[in-house]
Order: sequence, then structure tokens, then C-alpha cells
Amino acid sequence: MTTLKINGQVHEIDADPDTPLLYVLRDELKLNAAKFGCGLGQCGSCTVIVDGKAVLSCVTPVLLLKDKEVTTLEGLGTVDKPAPIQRAFIEEQAAQCGYCIAGMMMRAQALLQRNSKPSDAQIRSELQSNLCRCGTHMRILRAVHRAARLMDTAELTNGKERAQ
Amino acid sequence: MSKPAIVGSVVIAALVGGAIAAFAVAWRPAIGAIEPPASRSFDPALVKRGRDLAAIGNCNDCHTAPGGKAFAGGVPVPTPFGAVYSSNITPDPETGIGRWSEAAFRRAMRSGVDRAGHHLYPTFPYDHFTNVTDEDDQALYAFLMTRSPVRASDHPNDLSFPFNQRFLIAGWKLLFLKKGTYKADSSQSAEWNRGAYLVDGLAHCGACHTPRNGLGAEEASASFSGADVDNWHAYAINAQSRSPLPWTKDSLFHYLRYGWDADHGTARGPMAKVAANLSSVPESDVRAIAFYMTSVFGTPAPGRPGPANDKSAQAAAGDQAGASIYQAACASCHESDRPLPYSGIDLRLSTALSAPDPRNAANVILSGIRPVSGERSPIMPGFANNMTDDQLVALLKYLRSRFSTQPAWSGIEQTVRNARQTETVSLQTSPGTVSAPGSTQRDKP
Repeated sequence: MTTLKINGQVHEIDADPDTPLLYVLRDELKLNAAKFGCGLGQCGSCTVIVDGKAVLSCVTPVLLLKDKEVTTLEGLGTVDKPAPIQRAFIEEQAAQCGYCIAGMMMRAQALLQRNSKPSDAQIRSELQSNLCRCGTHMRILRAVHRAARLMDTAELTNGKERAQ
Repeated sequence: MSKPAIVGSVVIAALVGGAIAAFAVAWRPAIGAIEPPASRSFDPALVKRGRDLAAIGNCNDCHTAPGGKAFAGGVPVPTPFGAVYSSNITPDPETGIGRWSEAAFRRAMRSGVDRAGHHLYPTFPYDHFTNVTDEDDQALYAFLMTRSPVRASDHPNDLSFPFNQRFLIAGWKLLFLKKGTYKADSSQSAEWNRGAYLVDGLAHCGACHTPRNGLGAEEASASFSGADVDNWHAYAINAQSRSPLPWTKDSLFHYLRYGWDADHGTARGPMAKVAANLSSVPESDVRAIAFYMTSVFGTPAPGRPGPANDKSAQAAAGDQAGASIYQAACASCHESDRPLPYSGIDLRLSTALSAPDPRNAANVILSGIRPVSGERSPIMPGFANNMTDDQLVALLKYLRSRFSTQPAWSGIEQTVRNARQTETVSLQTSPGTVSAPGSTQRDKP
């Protein structure tokens, strides 16, 4: 049994310690925001946040997660109460097929948590490990800037007042 | 005269004589400032040749700050005596070398003296550049004088007394600077001589790969036997190489040209920039460097340890945690049987895991390998956010015992802490993507 803390909840997982976190999230816990893209840590679609930092869940065995806190996109906001990063991506219509977007949002979220006003160059550098094949990069850039502005006025995650 | 008076005048005479001698050794005249020459006054073919030579000399690496303007300087070079900052070598008239004549430029390359007559610190590797021919200096000058001028004042060095006294460098030069351009060895081929000229001169390979003495000069008796640079280990590139498979002319060429080789893995850390530069210069020069260096490596000694045994045969004892991390995080690429650069190298061939200390392995696990912009190139995710220091230590112990024939590393914990710091710093200063310089695309593998 492995104990994992995900989105504030403690889960007892019946998985081998070397199982990638991504498989546990999707197959056991039905948290399907993080996507399986390449399975090799090269595309970024499986990105989640562990202790405030973006990690690739497909190359992170659960044995590395003892005493750590995992946040997935589901932990940031809901359809009814989207987090600023989610609102920003919707408002900029930054998704085309959408497969990469959950990973993009998680890595952008981790960036914004340590740098509330990143420059264009900083966003590009941070997100360069996340691939998008539809080509919505310019919208993604705008969405991250918009999220930074929203976070100035709204809560980091869901709940409470949101600037309308 | 009384006896004390005689002694006194002898001492004064000695002091004055010594001061005059020291002045004579240290003093260099200024070379007159010129009107900045117009870009159009330089022959484009000469500029192009200078561009290739500058790439071989890796000038952009030290003289361009991460994310900064090309050749505008400001990069700190850490030394045991403090940090020396690279200077602005763009043709800006006030803050760069815009008012330097070609003679002033050549004097700096040959003997480490700037236009105004100040001695330059040997972090600028004029102990190598002294070998460069007049023709090549002329081309380099033409290239640099046709770059975009950038107004950027030189950053003051961070050196304590007495190392901040530039006249002391004159003494250093008396001891360690052997002036004179490269003398061809007639018993060797033209390609060998071309390689030796570049390696010992402009490419200044020894600046990183040769250990330095207490005064910061390369130890001539230990040429290419490996040294520490910026918390990376520049491997021994002579007979003491720990590479599990011996380097050949072809593997070395491929590594220098493309940044990776199937039998040796990927250039990373400071060497990644060297390979990026060598990707765009005339192929014959890279082949010459590889050819000459193969003779420096020498014929592999009989009984030289080869790669570790078949990986399935060896269950690394004692480190279950490391084994599990390897299986889950590393094996999916490093045992994929896809060819490089689309997978990780067979770790039995990794020089990092056979190296004297684990710092390069720790650095690359934490930072990963970033793709080269616009090209097919090796890539590895960094694991800095996935692993604690303890987990990384366990992994390194396991990798060493399973994939190397060398004895266990000591002091892994400290190495990992240092590597973590290096990773944090590079994260803060990273320019983002790695690009090959200039407009030339790297050859496709």
C-alpha cells in the first residue's frame, strides 16, 4: 500500500511503488486531467504540481512521493468555479484539441506561484518543455499573462470572491 | 659613510632598481585609438572566416551573458581568486573594442594586454591564443568589428587584494606564458597539424580539460588529464580517459559535430555550448580536431576496463530504493533499444557513471538535457522537482554499482547538494532554448 496526498485528500493506493504517478491518477483515482502523451517525460501533457513545482507524472514513480503533496488540475478549480488559470485559458480560447492544455496550465500555475509577473521570455522558457501540436502557442502565452492579472485580483485557487 | 648609511643606500638602490625592473616587466604602452572602422570596409569572405574561427574559439560562450546581447560580456568566470568578468568585445567605441586597431587586437590575443596597455587576466586564454596566426587574428578582428555594437560597460571583477593588482599578471606571464605561434610538426600529416593548431590554440581545449596549479596556470605535465569547471568535471581526454569505450576519430567527430555519439552519450554542461559552436564550422576543422585528439587519447592500453557486464546479469546489491527509482524513472528511455538520439544511452557506456566523482551524473539527472532549437537532438527531462537529495543519492549509488566497473563514489551527499545549487542557479539564469550560433543550420544526423 502506498499513501498519497492528492488535492488535499489522503489516498491509500494498492499499486507497486514503481508505478508512475500518472497511471495511479488516471486508472485508480479517475483524475483524468493529466494526459498520457509520450510516457517518456518529453511532451509535458502529464504535468502536475508536487510541492509547488511542476513535475512530469509519467516519469515519477509513486515511491518518490512519500510525504509530498500532489496537485492536479482538478485540485485548482471546477467547471462551476474555475481557478484563475483555467478562466484565463477559457477566456483566451487557448485550447484547440486541448490535449496539452492541462499540462500547460499546471506548469504555468507553478510558474505563477513563484513569479507573479513573468515576462514573455520567462513564460516561453518555462513552457518550452510542454509541446502543443495544434499551434495555439500565442494564445497560451496570452492566457498565462491574463492569469497573472487575474491572480492579482482573485484567489489563487477556487472559492471566495472572483473579480468579474 | 657610516656602516648603517651604506646598508641604507644599498637597500634603497635595490628597491629602486627592483621597482624599475618590475616597471619594465609590467609596463606596456597604449596603442593609439582609431576611428571605428565602417563595417563595409571589411571583406565579407574574411568576416565569414572570422565567424567560423570565433565559433571554434567559443568566444560567444564567455562573452555573451545568458539572455544578453551577443559578445557584450559580463559573464562571471569563477576562479580560486574570485570572479573575473568577461569584457564587451562588440565594436562599441566607448565600452567595447570599437577603437581598437587590428594591432591592438592582435596584441591582446598574443600577450593578454588591452589597447590601453593593461594586463588582462588569463581567464582570457591568451596562453592558447598566442598560437593563433596573423591571418586568423585578422579574420577574427574583421568578424568582431562587424558585429552590432552594444553599449555595456565592463562589470568590475570580484577579486581581493593582491589579485586585483593587474601588474602582478606580468609576473604570471613571465612564468607561464609561452609566446609564439604554432610550429608545425613535419613528421605529422597536415590534418594532424591543423587539429593541433586549433586544439592548442583557438579552441583552447586545455583551458577546461587540463588541471591548473596554485597560480591558476595549466599544469604542462598533466595536459588533458581532466579538471573541474563550474561544478562540472571536464573529463580526462588523454590516456587517462574513463570512457568505457575508447574514443575513435569517428566517434569524436560525431560527438563534437552533433553534440552526441552513440557510444559515448551527450555533450552537456559547458561542453554542450562547445558542440553547438562546432556544429556550424567547416567540417574539415572538426575532423582535424578529432584526428589530433585521437592521438592525444593514444592507443588504448591492454587491460583497459571496458563497459560493465550485461545489465541483466548484475543485480546491484544493497540499494533497493535506487533500483526502484531507476526502473520507474530511467529504464523506460535508457533501456528502450531505440537508437540515440531518440533514447537514453546504454548507461554501461556512460562516462559520467565511470567518472572519478558523481557531479556530472548528478547535474544531468537534476537539470536534464534541453533540446537544441529546431533540430533533432537528445532530450532528457530533469528530475530536480521529482527527487529529494536522499533519493538522488540512492539512485547514484545504484547506477554506479550496476553500470560501472569503478569502485563506489565517496561524498555523494555533498556532491548532490552542490549539484542542486548549480541547478537552481542555471534555472535562474537560463536563456531558455539552446541554439546553434549564426544562421547555419546544424547538419542533420
